[in-house]
Amino acid sequence: MNVVTSIGRWGINYCQGVGRSAWILSRSIFRRPRSLESFHLLCSQIYAEGWLSLVIIVVSALFIGMVVGLQGYNTLKDFGATQALGQLIALSVVRELGPVVSALLFAGRAGSALTAEIGLMKATEQLSSMEMMACDPLGRVVAPRFFAGLISLPLLTMIFNVVAIFGGYFVVVRWLGSDAGTFWSNMQAYVDFRVDVIGGIIKAIVFGFAVSWIAVYQGYNCVPTSEGIGKATTRTVVYSSLAILGLDFVLTTMMLGGW
Amino acid sequence: MRQTFIEFIVGIFVIVAFICLAFMAFKVSGLALKSGSGFYKVEASFTNVGSLKVRAPVSMSGVKIGSVTHIDLNPKTFQAMVTMEIDNKFNEIPQDSSANIYTEGLLGSNYIAILPGGSLKNLKNGSVIYNTSPALVLENLIGQLIFSLKGGSKNDSSTSTSQTNQSLSISKH
Repeated sequence: MNVVTSIGRWGINYCQGVGRSAWILSRSIFRRPRSLESFHLLCSQIYAEGWLSLVIIVVSALFIGMVVGLQGYNTLKDFGATQALGQLIALSVVRELGPVVSALLFAGRAGSALTAEIGLMKATEQLSSMEMMACDPLGRVVAPRFFAGLISLPLLTMIFNVVAIFGGYFVVVRWLGSDAGTFWSNMQAYVDFRVDVIGGIIKAIVFGFAVSWIAVYQGYNCVPTSEGIGKATTRTVVYSSLAILGLDFVLTTMMLGGW
Repeated sequence: MRQTFIEFIVGIFVIVAFICLAFMAFKVSGLALKSGSGFYKVEASFTNVGSLKVRAPVSMSGVKIGSVTHIDLNPKTFQAMVTMEIDNKFNEIPQDSSANIYTEGLLGSNYIAILPGGSLKNLKNGSVIYNTSPALVLENLIGQLIFSLKGGSKNDSSTSTSQTNQSLSISKH
């Protein structure tokens, strides 16, 4: 009996959490923007979430591109098919690695920071005092952080893709001595702009939505203690990573299925 | 001061990202800006298109001049109707040119090659190429090869193998 009660309580709490997160999201999205001030807030958040994540994105993109190039070279060399390296690197980066890895890094770098920041604001009762001053924390704190994540992740993904392709280019062409002309022309012949490049960016937009939503909700809804903030930050990273990988499979199925 | 600096940095960030997008469009995916000349459409019917796909290249002397836009089956003649668009730059292709379906490499994808004819009239929008040859299907070729090996030269091959056996045994001794 006790088990049934606890399962029921868990289910009710879960549905309540989903409902509350949707409520927070809709209240922070659908509001009349106060033009200049909200623009300034959005800019500072894009700076904090996007620009400051740029270093980790660029460095990991460089290494990922180089590793894909090196592994591909050593495998394809046996079949004498090293001319296919350009399309191998470009397709795997643009379709999968770019959106997924930059979203995972973004969840670890920016999503956790978002949750901790909003959670600490709640714990030190800054959110309540904002409400006391008739300033809605959803508009002032949550909305710019959500939109900044939604905007930053696709931009970071575009940069990630290009840096990773250059990493592969350096290894394959400059270091291992494959031909540069074959590398680029095979890549151009097999990568399609609408399906592959735009598809990857659509993935990044969906991931940005999911990560920012999870991070903002976990921060806004955390238990206002130091332990609660820690747990909320952990949950943000875990849930975002799972959501990214699951959504990636769904989106890939939709895209390969010819939508 | 600080706010303007942050906005400046964010501006640079957005610009860099869109430069990367443009790089992916032109350098990685080879997206070509459409030249103003446009295309004209030509139809051809084949008895077999093999694994020809929409967007497959249409080439002449190995140079790409257009692409396949539509493949359909004619319900009366049971022939495949292939619609292709050819760049307006190449508008002086003779009307009696022939369209052939070839394969890139041994296992590559199919494409249409147009061999020029000698007519003085040119192909124009909506005209039909009557002189076509279908795709070679590898299974049919192998089937024909096996058939000819089995049937036609059976005696020849048996005598030749016995001769080689004899010559081998001689060289051993």
